[in-house]
Amino acid sequence: MPVQGHIPAPALHLVRVSKRLYMNRTQFSITPWLLLMPAMVLLIAFTHYPAVATIWHSFFSTPKGATPSVFVGMENYALMADDPVFWRALFNNLWFALGTIPVSIALAIMMALWVNDKLLGRGLLRLAYFTPTVLPMIAVANIWLFFYTPQYGLLEQLTNALGLPSHNWLGNPDTVLGCMMVVAIWKEAGFFMIFYLAALQQISPVLAEAAGLEGASRWQYFWKVQFPLLMPTTLFVLINALINSFRLVDHIVVMTKGGPDNASSLLLYYIYEVGFSFWDSSYAAALTVVLLMMLAVIAFVKFRILDRRTHYQ
Amino acid sequence: MRRVILKSMAALAVAGAFAAAPTFAANPVELTFYYPVAVGGPITKTIDTMVADFEKLNPDVRIKAVYAGTYQESIVKALTAFKSGTPPTLAVLLSTDLFTLIDENAIVPIDGLANKPEDKKWIEGFYKGFMENSQTGGKTWGIPFQRSTIVMFWNKNLFKEAGLNPDKAPATWAETITYAKKLTRSDANGNVSQWGLKIPSTGFTYWMFQGLTTPNDTVLMNAAGTKTYFDKPAAVESLQYWVDLSAKHKVMPSGVIEWGTTPKDFLEQKAAMVWTTTGNLTNIRANASFPFGVAMLPANKHPGSPTGGGNFYVFNKTSPEQQQAAVKFIRFATEPARAAQWSIATGYVAPRQDAWDTPEMKKYLQEVPAAAVAREQMKYGVAELSTHDNQRVTKALNDNLQAALSGTKTPEAALKDAQRESDRILRSWNR
Repeated sequence: MPVQGHIPAPALHLVRVSKRLYMNRTQFSITPWLLLMPAMVLLIAFTHYPAVATIWHSFFSTPKGATPSVFVGMENYALMADDPVFWRALFNNLWFALGTIPVSIALAIMMALWVNDKLLGRGLLRLAYFTPTVLPMIAVANIWLFFYTPQYGLLEQLTNALGLPSHNWLGNPDTVLGCMMVVAIWKEAGFFMIFYLAALQQISPVLAEAAGLEGASRWQYFWKVQFPLLMPTTLFVLINALINSFRLVDHIVVMTKGGPDNASSLLLYYIYEVGFSFWDSSYAAALTVVLLMMLAVIAFVKFRILDRRTHYQ
Repeated sequence: MRRVILKSMAALAVAGAFAAAPTFAANPVELTFYYPVAVGGPITKTIDTMVADFEKLNPDVRIKAVYAGTYQESIVKALTAFKSGTPPTLAVLLSTDLFTLIDENAIVPIDGLANKPEDKKWIEGFYKGFMENSQTGGKTWGIPFQRSTIVMFWNKNLFKEAGLNPDKAPATWAETITYAKKLTRSDANGNVSQWGLKIPSTGFTYWMFQGLTTPNDTVLMNAAGTKTYFDKPAAVESLQYWVDLSAKHKVMPSGVIEWGTTPKDFLEQKAAMVWTTTGNLTNIRANASFPFGVAMLPANKHPGSPTGGGNFYVFNKTSPEQQQAAVKFIRFATEPARAAQWSIATGYVAPRQDAWDTPEMKKYLQEVPAAAVAREQMKYGVAELSTHDNQRVTKALNDNLQAALSGTKTPEAALKDAQRESDRILRSWNR
């Protein structure tokens, strides 16, 4: 980097020389920039520019017909603080994250441990666990809609056979978010399993043999050896799961449209509603900024804090 | 090499365009036409045929018909295209999108394009109930095309089993409760195996609510789309009736009832009576394994139901030639014989009396007398809820209706909240 700040007079000449050298160096180093260009163009066009533009737009009013957009400062954010649906969606989203992440990670580990063992039909089992990930969410949500249907849905047929009372799963504000979580867990767990499976196969068999010699139980081996060694994977999966919990709303669109009375509305779904049903693009931009900030914090925590505490092999 | 390929491809494309359209004039007017598909049936094929027939008669116009998804997806596409400067020339969008489109300055009034005396007569030929959603501020902005209304379907077999006259649907609110009680059945565990009535409450909650407020002689908004009347006593009474169907009379499942599965519930004989759009008639007719009837919604003070469905709109930022050609196409599509054909193919209500007077329609009515119910109901039709900032106001009402139906708010509190929210949203239009 060129020298910055206050520079004593005799040194100026030197700086000029080094600057010239520096500039020459940039000419020489155009190749790496060219190599970076395709990725950079895509990133700037589809990630960085939209992010910056979103923040910019969130300080303006939405242009409507003849009325152009004007600078309104923090008005959109004040509106947001005052918007009960936003708070509802935000808290729903936090519950959704809290409900789906630990369960899908635990399930993923269990499934991975199981299909990592040598057992009959292992390939088929792996395939079966991975299938939900491959299926498109819209199609899957339509099937789940049938599972939850009152009276003749799959779930109802099961509970009826057991003599339990009938329940309108998606029509009740107390159960609808739980139902959405189950769909998300079902969809995600298989995907995370793949990462755990890969990580488990990286663990040297020597460790298992050593643990066996020491007389460790299966649980001890898992808890003291495998689990710590899986930590980098867990971290990776955790971040992915967190991001997905803010990103995955396809099933909400198909199954509940955020209802009843916003009981299953998530932040991203609400953004879509504000942006493309209400056509209030500035307010949608302000909501997006909140989502962006949250995801940025998550990424920051991952890179700055968790990474240092994780044991990499 | 690549240049050669590109060149030959371009040449091929040009040649193809000429070869495929030898009858077209040298400089045809090109139109883009967005349309949604919201009900079952071969909609795309019917539209394509209509476009081809039109092009045969008008070689100087070429129409690119684009299937744009659901109603919601279609307006998203049309408005986004408009904002980026390349709007469709015409589109079929919800009649309730009227104010949204006007506010965005996205559409032009039809009577500005069609102002000859015969055009006026054409516009006057549409049912008043359908025009309520198409005119505002003294101008006609939309032309009714795929319009619908809410009707009640009933299962004649289940009526017979319950000891009711299978050919007579309940005509009043009180009768509906008596009938529905007889039609609600429980199994040995005390679980209800068959519900008397289902009024769906997702997606189009406000619309179904209008099926209750209209017979109770109250409207939900003014014609200018600037005021709503959600918490009028008659509206509260209507919601109380809806809530009581499940909470007090136990003839409807509690909580929110899914719009999409309601026709299926009816076909599976899990609900003896259901309310849904006339657009489902063709679907239910094709799939019901039992005789069924179609009735007007039960009356309280008088019969009544809101209209619904889609209108033709002509977009702004298109050339005058395109707009004229678009109106020509709209006139073509709503000619009596064609409107009748469209209605028979889809189950939508033909929007003009002269369409109902065509021989094809008369023959169809003999085969399917149920189709006439919707037309009869049009005498009592009111506009579907539509205001400025439409979807936002609608959501405020939907959310609160759902809160009342799932028991978290009383009907009165829910409608008060909805009204307060709507007042807040519409405040700038009342200054």
